[in-house]
Parts: sequence; structure tokens; C-alpha cells
Amino acid sequence: MDSALIPKGVNRCPLSELILKLGPVVAVLLWGVVAMFMCWIKGLNQTNMNDSYGFALWIWADLTVIALGGGAFFTGLLRYIIGKDKLKNIINFAVLIGFICYSSALLILAIDIGQPLRGWFIFWHANVHSMLTEVAFCLTCYFMVLTIEYLPLILENRQIDRLPFFHNLSHNMHEIMAVFAATGAFLSFFHQGSLGGVAGVLFGRPFAFREGIFIWPWTFFLFTWSAAACGPCFTIMLLKITERITRKKLVKDDVVDLLAKIAGWMLTTYIIAKIIDTWYWAMVTAPSLGFELTDFYSNNPFYGMWILILEIVVCGIIPSIILISKKGRSNPVSFMTAVVLAVLGACVNRWAMVLQVMAAPVLTFEGWPMYYPSWQEVATTLLPVAYGIILVALSYRYLPVFPQEVELNPVESEDQGGKAKKAALSGAEVSPARA
Amino acid sequence: MKNDQAKKYGMVIDLDKCTGCGACMVACMAENNIPFKEDESNKLDSITWMRVYQLTNGKPYPETDICYIPRPCMHCEGDHGHSPCVSVCPATATDYSQKTGIVSQIYTRCFGCRYCMAACPYHARYFNWWDPVWPNGMEKFLNPSVSPRMRGVVEKCSFCFHRHQLAMNKAFVEGRRELEENEYQTSCAQACPSGAIAFGDLNNPKHTVNQLAQPDNAHGGQPKNPEVFRLLEKLGTNPKVYYVSSREWVRRAGDNYLKNENPGKAH
Ligand code: SF4
Ligand code: SF4
Repeated sequence: MDSALIPKGVNRCPLSELILKLGPVVAVLLWGVVAMFMCWIKGLNQTNMNDSYGFALWIWADLTVIALGGGAFFTGLLRYIIGKDKLKNIINFAVLIGFICYSSALLILAIDIGQPLRGWFIFWHANVHSMLTEVAFCLTCYFMVLTIEYLPLILENRQIDRLPFFHNLSHNMHEIMAVFAATGAFLSFFHQGSLGGVAGVLFGRPFAFREGIFIWPWTFFLFTWSAAACGPCFTIMLLKITERITRKKLVKDDVVDLLAKIAGWMLTTYIIAKIIDTWYWAMVTAPSLGFELTDFYSNNPFYGMWILILEIVVCGIIPSIILISKKGRSNPVSFMTAVVLAVLGACVNRWAMVLQVMAAPVLTFEGWPMYYPSWQEVATTLLPVAYGIILVALSYRYLPVFPQEVELNPVESEDQGGKAKKAALSGAEVSPARA
Repeated sequence: MKNDQAKKYGMVIDLDKCTGCGACMVACMAENNIPFKEDESNKLDSITWMRVYQLTNGKPYPETDICYIPRPCMHCEGDHGHSPCVSVCPATATDYSQKTGIVSQIYTRCFGCRYCMAACPYHARYFNWWDPVWPNGMEKFLNPSVSPRMRGVVEKCSFCFHRHQLAMNKAFVEGRRELEENEYQTSCAQACPSGAIAFGDLNNPKHTVNQLAQPDNAHGGQPKNPEVFRLLEKLGTNPKVYYVSSREWVRRAGDNYLKNENPGKAH
């Protein structure tokens, strides 16, 4: 029915099948939309947040999707600025995931603020000392950059591409993409960092507070670094899920391997820096404020030392060791384990830097308040996930997201296809179908 | 007639006098049109600009001892006015006045991001989770000098700033630029039946607060009086609310100490 819109040379399931499969996802999306409007109309009393948990599930989700969406800027940096040309075969997908992550982050922020109609005050009455101001400016600018990066892909849709204006526009945009990639990397450095700064500057909260250079606490650099390490892992994880669902190989192994190797080295260096930071904070910063490390991890039902071990050892050291070794990367099980752990590591880190900051008491006569999200918070957090799945599905169906797909999945006769596939899988010779 | 000497309004609360009666909390609620819920049992989402905490020394009878700590906003000066909450607000909706030392909150500019709440270690900031609703007829008794707040914004103790404005207006009309100590007093200070709360200009040696706390302005306002302390002194928030107690365990409860750290004053 929609075959005219589907890229040439690829196989897609019938439209009815797609609609059927996306049905449950759309249901989740609608559930989220209902919750979103409840929050807007009735206010934030629809959540389980309170005066001790002014930041909760949403801010965690925000920080996490932005960190994981970091695959877009880092892959762009590697491809356009550092010149890792091979990555052109995965950059579209990375940009798509980045676009989804950042649009989700903006949506969640719009639900999270108490007076959504005043959201623009952050630009109008901007306080230059606030990390959140920096986040708002860079985030918005970078979202525009991502839109510009995603646009040429939309213009490459078979029907749109037939119109000479759009064809030329898309071509010209490709030509100058390096400029946007550089801008994106610059902006990302700052907003990923400022998000780390959001917690790091809180000198009233010893669990979050970190020293640093000039106005930037160490968390500023750690957040950027971890986004560059875990973002590509998230891109790879989603790629593997997409390949599993479509039952197709979409990107050659050598491309994935290169990205994973770089992410592995980023993760290794990051985790070393994170260990030094944690050690210094535990030995110097916190004690100077009257706290011992164990104070932050005891006397409460949830936040134990396990969270630190999970973040640093299980989701930090282990995946870095796997990802930097050729053997670890070539075994599909250990490879996937490492990628998933790295993604989980970013989630745990952001959780600690948002929720645990709120939970850890500072006044000696206060205890640890606990929190669990309301269904409205859960639904609005799943909303972007559902939206992301739909956007990936539609982009995959109608846009040439994976340049190597045609080569890897020839639609000619079964026999020839099988042979071509085998040859392509070896990755010996890289000849992208579409540059 | 010139008024160029910066004021630093602050409070000294005598914890040995405080009986925990809560009159300051009630007076504050009434004075500042603070909305309340039908069921106020969940203290995590109810608004109490002034909140009285109960502390015990944790010892068994007969050595057990209790202390009540009234906690308004500390109007932290931080480092040169960089209070924890002021420096983080992205929309400049809260500000540190160098003239009075009061940390203001601009309700119509706050867009409810709650970053300031995350920044305040004293939990002195409150979010309006609900629309403010008063029982039928009660709105007629609201204080006309204080604007009620809308849902979705943060509010906190203002040191009854409207009273400062009213007092200044009166003084101007009378051709004065300076206020007497008793011309500007907060509602809680006046309501306290045991006279535990003193309020005034910490920079003015004639004011009670200055005499009690003896703030050392060369060292971030740290009290020279050994029986006086501030909450969480080590964090460098530089609060303008001081507490007095003759009891060592009470003073120690004001800050965090390492297990092997020498007991005593925080400074
Ligand atoms: S007590 Fe809290 S709200 Fe008041 S000035 Fe200090 S940080 Fe800000
Ligand atoms: S909640 Fe309001 S006052 Fe607090 S930081 Fe956000 S905009 Fe500023």
C-alpha cells in the first residue's frame, strides 16, 4: 500500500503487520499522553514528588536520555571531525536516536515544571550563574542542530527526493554537515557538562558537591565523558535490538566493532576518572563537610553500598575490560553484556546524582525520605519510549537509515542473496551502498 | 537622611527558651497567607515556612533531653550573596538583597523547576503542589499585604518582608531613612510567648541580635559568642539565623561531625 514510499532495494513487512505490531506501543503512548495532560491540567500533585524530592523520576529520565543520546554527538565528532569515515554507516541511526532522546528530554522538562506556560522565563530572565540556564540554552540549540542533521535523511525519502528542490537541499546539507557536527559536539560538551554541574555545584548537598576548575565542578567533565562513552553503547544496543526485530543485519560488524572499541576506551578512561573522583570526594570533600562515605550509604532501606559497586565495578570496570579487548568484542554474548552494562551504568549514575542527592539527609535531625513514582510519572516517562519506538519504526520503514542494508540484505533471488550476505558479513570489503 | 549602611537582617533563636509550642508556625501561616491542606498529616508536601523540629539527645531516662528547633529560611549569604538557592535559579526568580540581606522569592517569575529546593540543605523551600484554597469565608481574613501564591511555584520564608516595606513607607513619610529596632519585627518573633526569637539588624551593635550572636563579619558572620551556633556551619552557606543553647549536645546537633572529630563548636 505504501510501497512507493519505501526505499528501493529493501524489504519491508506489509503495512497492516506494522500497524498491528505498533498497536500496543501506540496504546502506551496514549496512556502517557493522558497522564501528561493530567499533569498539565491538574498540576504536579499528580506525581509522588514532594518537598524532599523536588527532583525525581522525570529529572532522572531527562539526565539519562540526554546521556544516552550522547551517541549522536560523539559519533558525529568521530565521523566528521576526527575522520572515522567508516562510521558513516551508523551515523544516521545515531542521529535518529539522539533526536528521539533530546526531543523526549524537552518534552519531559515541559511536563516537569510547575508553570509550563512560563517555561520561556528561563531564556528571558536567564541567570547566567545557573547551570540549568546553560543546560536550557545548549539543549535547545543542540536539538535544533539534531533536527538539521535528521532533516537530510527525511529528504532522502524516495518520494521527497524526486523533487529537485529537496534533492538539492539534501545534497547541500550533506556537504556542510561537518559544520553542524562540530557545532553539535561543542554544544553537547557544554550541556552534558552543565547537567553534571547541576548536581556538582550544590554546595549545600555534600553527596552531590564536587570541587573543580573555575566554575565547573568535576561532575561537569565526568558527565560529558560518560555520555561519550555510554551514548555510543546505547546506539549499538538499539541497533542490535532493531536487527533482532527486523531479523536483518543492518550494519557491518567492523563498523560496530570500531564504535564499540572507541566507546570501550572512553569508558575505561571515564571509569578511572570516576574512581579518582569518588575517592577524592570520599576522602577529602565529604569529610571536610562532616560526612563519612558510609553516612551516604546506610541507615536507609534502599541506598546501600551496592549502588556504588553496581555503578563502578559491575557497570564500569567490567564492560570497559570487555569492550577494549578484541576477544571480548568478538564474542556476541560478552559484547552484548558489556554494551547493556555500560548503558545501565549511565542510568545508575544519573539515578544516584538525582535521587540519592535528594534522599541523603544533610540536617542531623532529618532522616532519609523514600520515594516511589506515581503511575502518572511512570506513564509520562514511558511516553517518550513509545514515541521513540514509533519514530524508529517509521524512519526504518521509509528512510534510508542504514546505508549498508541493501548490500547486506539483497532482495534478488534467495541463492544469490545468501552468498552476497555471507561475503558482506565478513566485512572484508567495505563499500557503502549509499554515501 | 542618607541610608547607605547595608543592613543584614537576621534572627537569633534561644533554644533553651523555646518550648516547642508552635505559636511561631501559626503566626507565620496567618501572616503570610500560607495555604494548607484539608489533611496536613503528610509533612513532605505541606507548606511550613517556619517549621519546629523536635530533637532528642537519644539517651534513656533520666538523662533524656529534648530540644525544639524552629527553622525559618536561613537567608543564607553564601559567599558574597551566592546563597545555595539564589545562584542556581535559572530564571532569577529568587534574589539576595545586598541592602537588607534578605533572600527574596518572586512568585510571578518562578516557573517551578524546583532546582532551588534541591539546592537548599535546610528544606526551607516549599512547592505549591495544589491551588491555594481557603475554607469558605476565610479568604476575607487574608493579609492584604501579602500576595497568595499560585500552584506550581516555590515559596519560602521572606522574613516578613512586607513588614519591612510598610515600616520603610511610614519612616519615609515621617522624613526618616532609618528604622528603629522594634519598627520591623517578624510575625514569629512577635508571637513567641517565651521570647525565644530575636530579630533585627546583625550589623547594628544596638540591636539584640548583634549583641547575642556577636557575628564576626570578617569570617562570614560566624558567631563569637561560644553558646551560639548556626545550622550546617561547615557547608559555607553562611546563614543569618543563629541559635543559642547552653547545652553541648544541642549545639553539636547543628552540624555533622566525623566519628572521631573533637566534640565542641563547629567553628
Ligand atoms: S535556607 Fe535555603 S532557601 Fe533560605 S536562603 Fe538558605 S538555601 Fe536559600
Ligand atoms: S523553582 Fe522557581 S525559584 Fe526555584 S529555581 Fe526554579 S524558577 Fe527559580
